[in-house]
Amino acid sequence: MSDHVVMGVVGAPGDTVQFAEYIAKNIQLYKMRNGYHLSPSSAAHYTRHNLAEYLRSPNAYNVNLLMAGYDKEAGGELFYMDYLASMHKVKYGTHGYGGLLILGIFDQHYRPDMTVEEAYEVVKMAVAEVHKRLIINLPVFSVQVITADGVKELKHITVDSNAISK
Amino acid sequence: MEAISHAGTCLGILANDGILLAAEKRNVNKLLDESSLSEKIYKLNEDMVCSVAGITSDANVLTNELRVIAQRYLLQYGEAIPCEQLVSWLCDIKQAYTQYGGKRPFGVSILYMGWDKHYGYQLYQSDPSGNYSGWKATCIGHNSAAAVSSLKSDYKEGEMLLKDALPLAVKVLSKTLDTAKLTSDKVEMATLTRENGKTVTRILPVSEIETLIAAYEKSEAEAQALKKEKQKS
Repeated sequence: MSDHVVMGVVGAPGDTVQFAEYIAKNIQLYKMRNGYHLSPSSAAHYTRHNLAEYLRSPNAYNVNLLMAGYDKEAGGELFYMDYLASMHKVKYGTHGYGGLLILGIFDQHYRPDMTVEEAYEVVKMAVAEVHKRLIINLPVFSVQVITADGVKELKHITVDSNAISK
Repeated sequence: MEAISHAGTCLGILANDGILLAAEKRNVNKLLDESSLSEKIYKLNEDMVCSVAGITSDANVLTNELRVIAQRYLLQYGEAIPCEQLVSWLCDIKQAYTQYGGKRPFGVSILYMGWDKHYGYQLYQSDPSGNYSGWKATCIGHNSAAAVSSLKSDYKEGEMLLKDALPLAVKVLSKTLDTAKLTSDKVEMATLTRENGKTVTRILPVSEIETLIAAYEKSEAEAQALKKEKQKS
């Protein structure tokens, strides 16, 4: 989305791309117009507002999404949003079929004082669970971390890299 | 533009720890029902206050528009509108009325004071043509040119505090007034500060304005006496 905001989208294949692009371009436009970025919280509010407007039109976007960002004052933030445009600020969140399997793992292992490394390990466990139990084959998971310095891509989690799944 | 040069003077001063607006009320009449404490200073949202000079009916339309713009932004982004964006949106409307036929422009100049997380305390001025600019201290309305030059000479760059700005506002305002004496029923003052992470706007009660005016008159009388003393010797 921008230097400090990242969004993950699942849903109807065409809708996800189109909606995500539309939001991303508008967030970029905001920066060009005003000279400063939209904060993660206002970016999430803006996205939800749009989703809600489209929901009440004949061509609603069928997308669920997670929006994450880092703000100087608020720190790291994560927003959960579904296709009915409900939004909630959460500590952890999942979407999709596999998400149901993962939620329990996050619930058990989440701590408010976790480091990025610890969180990455929990995500690895979650992906292992998906590989083990989900009937759909989702081989590769991309992981990104957002800090004060911006967005950084971490190592992909794959079936091979995941020792637990073997 | 002509109407504004006759309108009651409004001035704003930016300090390190807050901002203040002061406005001169012109239609003072003892028969006027004073149901509202403030007639020229309007609160726009949690973080912004403005004062107007010009045609009052036009000003009411514009302040209403300002409040709608501010709420629209709050609805869309879940946070208060940054100050410059609000000023800019209103100026787009003002500009449109100078361009399209069949309409007359709004005969109103506005001073805005506000706070946002991007640029902190801010003071803006806008005129009927749709131009706007940011200021450290400025003035609109009757005798505004004289007031601005007076502000310029007395504004202490980077070391202004709200407690210094208040007497300065009274001083400048009393100089621009036609009538010799400044009275508390002719002045409205408002301050904007940040306390515990929240913007606090306050319209000064009459008693406080009276205290300020009394202090000004006292210092002025002292200065006058000193002058006379010098002339004698």
